[in-house]
Amino acid sequence: MQFGIFSVSDITTDPTTGHTPTEAERIKDIVTIAKHAEEVGLDVFALGEHHNEPFFSSSPTTTLAYIAAQTSTLQLSTATTLITTNDPVKIAEDFAMLQHLSDGRVDLTLGRGNTGPVYPWFGKDIRAGIPLAIENYALLHKLWREHTVDWKGKYRTPLQSFTSTPRPLDEIPPFVWHGSIRSPEIAEQAAFYGDGFFANHIFWPASHTQRMIALYRERWAHYGHGDPDTAIVGLGGQVFMAKNSQDAVKQFRPYFDNAPVYGHGPSMEDFTRETPLTVGSPQEVIDRTLGFRDYVGDYQRQLFLMDHAGLPLKTVLEQLDLLGSEVVPVLRKEFANLKPAHVPDAPTHASLLAAKSSPEVSVA
Amino acid sequence: MNQRSLVVISAGLSQPSSTRLLADRLSAAAVDQAASLGVDLTVRVVELRDVAHDLMNHMLTGFPPAALKDVIEAVEAADGIIAVTPVFNASFSGLFKSFFDVLDKDALVDKPVLIAATGGTARHSLALEHALRPMFAYLRAVTMPTSVFAATDDWGGSEDLLHGRVDRAASELAREISRREPAVVTDPFALTTSFADMLGA
Repeated sequence: MQFGIFSVSDITTDPTTGHTPTEAERIKDIVTIAKHAEEVGLDVFALGEHHNEPFFSSSPTTTLAYIAAQTSTLQLSTATTLITTNDPVKIAEDFAMLQHLSDGRVDLTLGRGNTGPVYPWFGKDIRAGIPLAIENYALLHKLWREHTVDWKGKYRTPLQSFTSTPRPLDEIPPFVWHGSIRSPEIAEQAAFYGDGFFANHIFWPASHTQRMIALYRERWAHYGHGDPDTAIVGLGGQVFMAKNSQDAVKQFRPYFDNAPVYGHGPSMEDFTRETPLTVGSPQEVIDRTLGFRDYVGDYQRQLFLMDHAGLPLKTVLEQLDLLGSEVVPVLRKEFANLKPAHVPDAPTHASLLAAKSSPEVSVA
Repeated sequence: MNQRSLVVISAGLSQPSSTRLLADRLSAAAVDQAASLGVDLTVRVVELRDVAHDLMNHMLTGFPPAALKDVIEAVEAADGIIAVTPVFNASFSGLFKSFFDVLDKDALVDKPVLIAATGGTARHSLALEHALRPMFAYLRAVTMPTSVFAATDDWGGSEDLLHGRVDRAASELAREISRREPAVVTDPFALTTSFADMLGA
């Protein structure tokens, strides 16, 4: 099982000091955070894409390439890449480029984003969110698998004898996850292609995630990719830890109370009960996270949101230390013990390459 | 007897409130009228006060806390609704509006709704026609022709004019409920199009 972190790239004032980081600070900090994720033994770093303040991450592949150059094992991913408003031709090229530069340490999570106004900024129609996600991915899928592409669709100009460059590393397209909170069409899309499904999971009740994963698994089997429990599932999570629970609650409360998305709304106690947010000791985080398996089944990737709501860099790095030293080693062991042998790991470039060179071994 | 469900939404703030009193009169009359049409109406009364904080949290976070979710699901599954609000500043109360603001846009489509309101004097009565009725029209609910307003005087007057209006509105609601098939709740996670169709679209 893969463990890692994901960032939504918000620039938020630290409510305890009043300090608002500059874009330059946050952009440099995110590189430090990603590098530290590798140092503490995490597997994955995933970065969001936004095109509006207060977010800084408009160009994830640039950032990820810079991180790739300074890491050696870290899997680089996105959370999410906008399949609706990006040209699929550019996605195909950017991520193939990143594959080559990072020696294949790349996958991506496609999503529709949470910002309505972004559609017209890129000349797209917000009313066509789902159809754009469907058509654009159909083209992206083709561009990575066919050298010369003739294509005609509804939402972009046709392509004639087009080859996206560079070609995917070793002719193996990056593994794709499809992310959605509550659109069954996207779970269906992931199942149709035999791709992974990533449930954001945070900020939302677990019941949403449970329904979406169940649908994805059922449709995965329907499309003949294997039994429902062999589908490739990723989950988000959000934690804040201290050695003892009371300190975690005390330290995190001002950040919670003023956070984007949920701040000035429900109490931290209500929100931790209603959503997967866990504020407490490392042991509490371990217990809660193991509990996710009870409603989604054995899954392949767990990402945590750590650098959010104005938490200063120092705190984020300390959180990563706790995650890497006290939480993930236990989760790795526990999840591995629980997982039946036939449930696959998340595909990586290495596993897909191995499967390609020895065709008898089947990998999802 | 056919089984049907009625959800009564009361936005009264005090306990007890005249808004709840009116809601109870209306639901009791609706149960009687429905019974005469061979319909056994099960009633669930919701005091919005009980989910007031949840409503605001829903607006801020985008999802309903458990208690509010339960109420929303009851409304979606209901065969009829009685909606009663106090009149504040010539309109429904903010709490009343907030509840209908968080419902799915299709939650009330073709659903029989009886609207009612309370206020200090009869001067406030047209808030029903100028505020509640257009909102439910927008939501494509089937609003009963008779709306019921109760002023303070209605509760103390010797001549029970309110009684006649309550019965007339309740009989309209009972008739609309009885002539419809039971409400069907659409599963938000259900796929309505095949993926092949989506690809070909």
